[in-house]
Amino acid sequence: MKGNEAIAEAAIQAGCRHYFGYPITPQTEIAAYMAKRMPKIGGTFLQAESEIAAINMVYGVASAGKRVMTSSSSPGISLKSEGLSYLAGADLPALVVNAQRGGPGLGGIQPSQSDYFQATRGGGHGDYHMIVLAPSSVQEMAQLTIKGFELADEYRMTSMILADGTIGQMMEPVSFDFDIKEAPAKPWATTGTKMAREHNVINSLYLNPELLEKTNIERYKKYEIIAEKEALAEEYLTEDADIIIAAFGIAARVSRNAVNEARANGIKAGLIRPITLWPFPEKVFAKAAEHAKQIISVELSMGQMIEDVRLATQCRIPVSLCYRVGGMIPTPDQVYQAIVEASEKGGK
Amino acid sequence: MATKEFLFAGFGGQGLLFSGKVLAYKGLIEEKNVSWLPSYGPEMRGGTANCSVIISDEPVGAPIVLNPDVLVAMNLPSLDKYEKAVRKGGIILVDSSLISRKVERDDVDVYYVTATRLADENGTGQLANMILMGKLLSVLDEYNEETVSAALEKCISARHADMLDYNRKAMETGRNYAG
Repeated sequence: MKGNEAIAEAAIQAGCRHYFGYPITPQTEIAAYMAKRMPKIGGTFLQAESEIAAINMVYGVASAGKRVMTSSSSPGISLKSEGLSYLAGADLPALVVNAQRGGPGLGGIQPSQSDYFQATRGGGHGDYHMIVLAPSSVQEMAQLTIKGFELADEYRMTSMILADGTIGQMMEPVSFDFDIKEAPAKPWATTGTKMAREHNVINSLYLNPELLEKTNIERYKKYEIIAEKEALAEEYLTEDADIIIAAFGIAARVSRNAVNEARANGIKAGLIRPITLWPFPEKVFAKAAEHAKQIISVELSMGQMIEDVRLATQCRIPVSLCYRVGGMIPTPDQVYQAIVEASEKGGK
Repeated sequence: MATKEFLFAGFGGQGLLFSGKVLAYKGLIEEKNVSWLPSYGPEMRGGTANCSVIISDEPVGAPIVLNPDVLVAMNLPSLDKYEKAVRKGGIILVDSSLISRKVERDDVDVYYVTATRLADENGTGQLANMILMGKLLSVLDEYNEETVSAALEKCISARHADMLDYNRKAMETGRNYAG
């Protein structure tokens, strides 16, 4: 099954019955899958007239308390950013998929990770975050989609799957043996008062600045809890590592090969693969900085996650960048050479 | 077979992505770890197309095949581009009805199959890809009729069930091709 299809199937299994989108390479398989399946299971598939329309339809269904999603790729996510900000302002749970492609502008259609800043800093205007999940296999495309819905509901906020063209297009075996948490009761949803309760109001407009300040501060308290509880990373051979690679998604898979190559040649290399990009797994990096000599951030961008790595390690050890951009992907050999270079330099 | 990396390359429309898919499903049915990565976008619609397949006893790392153990080349630009990338001791399969030149390397095993011509002659037009696949599996000593058949059934939708026999026949043609 393709990575994109795994997302769509997992969403359906998670109880999502509403999908709104607008086609764009390299994620259109999600829409195609939904178009085929949704009518058969009593769901809604709607190809909107634009990305902006689609995200606002998501806002509508989320307000009514149902699991809902949209998907797009980089330029389309920029268009959706206004809606992402409104979803945050109204504390609505939703799932948004970004199968990243090269940018800026229309860019290209080949894989990229250059929307890291946009995703982890919120994307739209205002003080807010989204939970950002970074799958690195087709299995994880499914798994993190389900987790995305669960976290979105638990914290009343948007989850973003930050994938890329490669993971979206590739096929791998995937098992759908998941224990899925059903959507919790949503007493705040606009489901009709039936004359039995006060009106629920979903809104992101606060003309009273004191109230808006209070709301933002409350929201950030929630973010603190999430940062404490939900940060997630996979560590590979890090325990005794001198050189640690930081990489997510497709870059992590390439890096894993390079780490194996380095180990085979007697270099103590390891890999930290952030699974949540927001919240960033700071503690894992802080701990690694206690014994490792250097970190190399491997990215399909000009260096975005590297800033979070430096923040998490408080620049206690050197952090360098190994990258390809514009739709190009670093080769295992390129990453291995970066490890060799770092190992010769020594660090700390 | 610990890990084998395959690269299928040619024109869009020759069915390279499909043959990669059959190979990957065959691996999956045989309980291996597999990955399949296509080139995508406008390339699929008539330009050059290629597809990376990895079959391994271990979990698959990077899914992109840069130095294949096996290259299946179905047009000249693909052979020109990837011939040098094949691992020493690897295998190159050439559709010699479309590529007239010979492989220059002498440290790889090369098989020339007039696949496209054979496909036309045998009434399995357009299935040159599967003739090459038949040959490839027989060269690798991996032609397991049962899993091949199961993989084909996975990859051919019920709507096109009538194509199953053509595909089987094409693969048999490749399997029995001496060359």
